[in-house]
Amino acid sequence: MMDHQETLELLPAFADQELGIVETQEVQRHLDSCPDCQREYAAQRIVSARFKKDAIYFNAPPHLAQRIGNALPPEPARAGSRRFSWISLGGALAAGLALVLGLGLYLNLPSDQERLTDEVVASHVRSLQVDHLSDVVSSDQHTVKPWFNGKLDFSPPVVDLAPQGFPLVGGRLDYLAGRPVAALVYRRAKHPINLYIWPSNERDAAPQLQNHQGYHLVRWTWDGMNYWTISDLAANELQNFVGLVRSTVRQ
Amino acid sequence: MLVPTKKQRFQANVLPHLNSAFNLACWLTRSRQDAEDVVQEAYLRAFKFFDGFHGDDSRAWLLTIVRNTFYTWYQEQQKQRQETAFDEEMHDFGAVDVAGMAFADNNPETLLMQKDSERQLQQALQALPLEFREVMVMRELEELSYKQIAAIVGIPIGTVMSRLGRGRKLLAAILAPARQEA
Repeated sequence: MMDHQETLELLPAFADQELGIVETQEVQRHLDSCPDCQREYAAQRIVSARFKKDAIYFNAPPHLAQRIGNALPPEPARAGSRRFSWISLGGALAAGLALVLGLGLYLNLPSDQERLTDEVVASHVRSLQVDHLSDVVSSDQHTVKPWFNGKLDFSPPVVDLAPQGFPLVGGRLDYLAGRPVAALVYRRAKHPINLYIWPSNERDAAPQLQNHQGYHLVRWTWDGMNYWTISDLAANELQNFVGLVRSTVRQ
Repeated sequence: MLVPTKKQRFQANVLPHLNSAFNLACWLTRSRQDAEDVVQEAYLRAFKFFDGFHGDDSRAWLLTIVRNTFYTWYQEQQKQRQETAFDEEMHDFGAVDVAGMAFADNNPETLLMQKDSERQLQQALQALPLEFREVMVMRELEELSYKQIAAIVGIPIGTVMSRLGRGRKLLAAILAPARQEA
């Protein structure tokens, strides 16, 4: 049997659900019969919840990514560069620049997909600016969904994933690929996630992950709808989110 | 097919964690300007060591570097402060106005309602010693596990637990008078 002092010491981990099954059960057993520990446990939970709710999350300003990108050392030239090692630095730079420009011109004819990626990133970044995230602020899917009525020519599926750790925070009208689209806003630990939905006449397509300007994007097509989601979350967390959306939308 | 370069791999794996890095740096430095400098320096270091990184938890790896970079920077600041002790305007460190930093929540209504509560909490957190502040930010805001925090800070898991427990207690004690007022 766990004694009082041991239990007190384990309470933070108990509150954070970081204990193993056996220890959790022992702490619970002591807690049931000890008002002191109950008070201490409640205090831990209150402070923790208040911190989560009220502490500021400082998102990086947009120019910081740019600043870091500029500060990183330039890429060494790829195969074939050895032939040029005798060229003066200036010459090499000029050649490199010409190569980059040439490639740039060649590669700069973006496909529709690339253009759309740029649009989605731009829309996401714009949405993070003050007052742009949501037009309708609600964690209730039954408020968000009707809000789109009359504003769109389709009805986007709106699912709540709060129990799974991705609470819905609102919705917004946006404009992508030359048409109005639904943008649903979710959060994960204060990281905003934008989920864009609009009708598609293409075949179903499995989720595809890509990385653009430091953001992760996943797009897929299912049952006549295009889905694009973007966030600064880690790739696996965003994919987890996509999995949840997909399994919930199907129901 | 081209193999992605080191820089491309770095940008795909490490750059997406910029917000986490910046958030932690802000909480440690208590200044957006200093946080930007620390984060940039940390990214340059991370790039240098990137070849040696083979794990899959690039966020925890980056935060370890951000934290180390911060402590190096902090020690230099302390030294400079001692050397320029008479120049009061130079580094008035405690006076940084955190309330003036941009809020993450963009909704003005919630902002207004939360402002008082947030300000109280913010001030209480600033009063908390660094060793408690950092584990609390990693746990409550970044939702890292005890194991991840232990690896980042370089302490045993038991110490993570006791720091969180004591940190929360301290915070509750600082906040208690304010709660009675309300």
